[in-house]
Amino acid sequence: MRQTARIISTYTADVSGVNSALFELGGMTVMHDASGCNSTYNTHDEPRWYDFDSMVFLSGISEMEAIMGDDDKLIDDIVSAAEQLHPKFIAIAGTPIPMMIGTDFKAIASVVERRTGIPAFGFHTNGMHTYVQGASVALEAIADRFVTEQRPKTEQLSVNLLGVTPLDFSVNGSAEHLKTALESRGISVVSNWAMGDTLETLQNAASAHVNLVVSRAGIGAAKVLQKRFGIPYVIGRPYGKFTDVLVQSIRIAADSRENACPQIERENADILVIGEGVSAMSLANAISLEPGIRRHARCIAATEFAECCLGSEDRIARDEDDIIPLLEGAKVIIADPLYQPICPKTARFIGLGHEGFSGRIYRSEIPDMTESLDWLTAKI
Amino acid sequence: MLKRMTGEPLTDTTGAMVPIRDAKFPAPFKSELEYSCSARGTWNIVHTGFLVPQAHEIFACAAGCLRGVVLTAAEMNAQERFSTIEIRENNVLEGDMEDLIIDGVTDILHKLPYKPRAVLLYTSCIHHFIGCDLKLCYDRLRERFPDIDFTDCYMNPIMRKSGLTPDQLMRRGLYALLKPRTIDPKKINIIGNNLPTDKGSELFTIAENAGFTVTEIHDCKDYDAYQSMAEAAFNICYNPVGKAGGEALEKRLGQKLLYLPLSYDYEEIQQTLGAYADAIGATAPDWSQEIALCEQALASAKAVIGDAPIVIDYTATMRPLSLAKLLLTHGFRVTAVYADSFTGEDKADFMWLQEHFGELPVYATVQVKMRMLPRGTQEKTLAIGQKAAYFTSSPYFVNTVECGGFYGFTGIRQMLALMEDAFLHEKDTRKLIQIKGLGCGCV
Repeated sequence: MRQTARIISTYTADVSGVNSALFELGGMTVMHDASGCNSTYNTHDEPRWYDFDSMVFLSGISEMEAIMGDDDKLIDDIVSAAEQLHPKFIAIAGTPIPMMIGTDFKAIASVVERRTGIPAFGFHTNGMHTYVQGASVALEAIADRFVTEQRPKTEQLSVNLLGVTPLDFSVNGSAEHLKTALESRGISVVSNWAMGDTLETLQNAASAHVNLVVSRAGIGAAKVLQKRFGIPYVIGRPYGKFTDVLVQSIRIAADSRENACPQIERENADILVIGEGVSAMSLANAISLEPGIRRHARCIAATEFAECCLGSEDRIARDEDDIIPLLEGAKVIIADPLYQPICPKTARFIGLGHEGFSGRIYRSEIPDMTESLDWLTAKI
Repeated sequence: MLKRMTGEPLTDTTGAMVPIRDAKFPAPFKSELEYSCSARGTWNIVHTGFLVPQAHEIFACAAGCLRGVVLTAAEMNAQERFSTIEIRENNVLEGDMEDLIIDGVTDILHKLPYKPRAVLLYTSCIHHFIGCDLKLCYDRLRERFPDIDFTDCYMNPIMRKSGLTPDQLMRRGLYALLKPRTIDPKKINIIGNNLPTDKGSELFTIAENAGFTVTEIHDCKDYDAYQSMAEAAFNICYNPVGKAGGEALEKRLGQKLLYLPLSYDYEEIQQTLGAYADAIGATAPDWSQEIALCEQALASAKAVIGDAPIVIDYTATMRPLSLAKLLLTHGFRVTAVYADSFTGEDKADFMWLQEHFGELPVYATVQVKMRMLPRGTQEKTLAIGQKAAYFTSSPYFVNTVECGGFYGFTGIRQMLALMEDAFLHEKDTRKLIQIKGLGCGCV
């Protein structure tokens, strides 16, 4: 039956995706929730929580406030906190009960902005979608609101990296190596959305030639930046030799102004990758290009909205009962270790931790495969 | 080093700290936006539910709510005993919540490689707000699976400010599966605790000297042993959040509730243990020797800790103010208490501290400024509890929750021993406090 999981985990939810995407930008994010979202986020979804003082808070909505539709309490509390802490912007994200009572987050954000003079956003998240949705709308808002000016393009071919959060990139150096992998191939990075760069750096994004969407969380911002500044985007995460394919696509997109999601032929794939759409697709391509492996891979995108980034061999499946039949025939399965209980014993299982699925459990074992697939090659 | 995202650190503690003489009881701070610090040693409803042996947990909620509980189970390496039903927008719009629960639980039970003796079914805020007919759901499930016991558990934090909190409901639900048995007048349960009570406590010795057997849920190796808890004549509870469970058992099974609040005050402990002995027909001993031993332990701890600052948080013990009073009256230098609110049991100590140590700072733990205020102290500081350790960045801390199961005069001495040890030996605060559910086996 769909919607049941006998044993596997569940992906980080949209509201945590908002928090994660905005975490390093100096704003204040408020989850309009009774309780639980805050500890879930900072325990399982946010590896930076202990080391940064980023402002992510909970409204603590009560039964009576929900029944009475008391938005004033939320607004007053946000204004009070903003006056004490002076964030650069304010983001307000919803959860299930606010969805059920029809909370108008955009209106609330408008009131908050008027009262504080601080830019404010409202996001209609509801805890029923995956983090890619929440992170995408959050970065989209930053692109829409803060990247305000058309700027001269950089002399060297350049990109913005869109959709970088620890939920897909962990804190193992992958986020930093995205930049070095591209720079070593003659492409500079204007901004990283959003690990390692400030809000001020992101404001310069219009000077990039192309946007590289490295996870599904970057699509919203890519579309806004294309609409506002004409910047084309390429979808794919740098992994091993697939990085060369992406670089070639970036060069073509810079001239053609056309978007691209490069794929290589992956017929008769017997290796299966499960994960976030862009990462899983990119890794499947990288495996298929790896001379030490000499086999093809396909992927199952288990997060949402992955249609834009998959090859013809790839599939989308979110529920345990939808995923299980797609595992048949695979000789090797590469997925987060929490998928292993549903994988056929006939397939070799290679655990590849994914913070968006298993949180911190396997963090210390997640390899950085941006530059090289040696870790995986040895296991296959 | 904490990475600052916005300018200089805060120094103004207004709104996040108040001297106890100016504090309001029971809630010293405004209820506003909440911050959640990294200390994770307190148990949640998943940990507590797993105390029922041979039971399977099923949570029916939105994905965002499932995330934390799924990974709680995974960190316990208890995924085999845990399943989920995910509520999506269409279920809210179509109102098919009952079908989703009944069919979802049925589907899961058919897929399980083992047959659980009981199912703890957790419903959520959504069910509460949508008016889901939970009775219908449980009736149908009991018809379909007559050899499995079902009980209602709740993950509805929206109710935490009205009525029983999810934690209280969970500790009540822990015993809701008990079925009526013939009462054995020589059996006693201790209920309502996540951590087992120290077997050397007076709660055991008084009863055992009078021929009673004392059982906690932690002693039950299987579901049958758990069911035998229904035979006890008395249920002892010393944790305020467990009291509602005891009241429910008294009403449903006729087991007399003995509410014996934890305390660090000699007089209060004597009164409580005296009432306990009277209730079960035992004789309370002369406590002077126990008190003398406590005084010795206090002197020993003072010799080690000296005038070093001591900070206490509410997660370390259910009676942080009682502990503060004990230490202050014995010359220790308690410099802060971390608590967002107090229980009724704290009131007398609160008033006493207002009168005698009015400058004692009370810090909130969830107030937003606590995210930004510097975490650290100038002096070597002994922290009692994980949150106190976090906010002072002290490696010298007593790593415990809910009093560690230490109760009575023996409990005082155990706490003092932990304090001495903590002051002498550094701990990896960052690593230890982020482990969920201290003592439940999480990694």
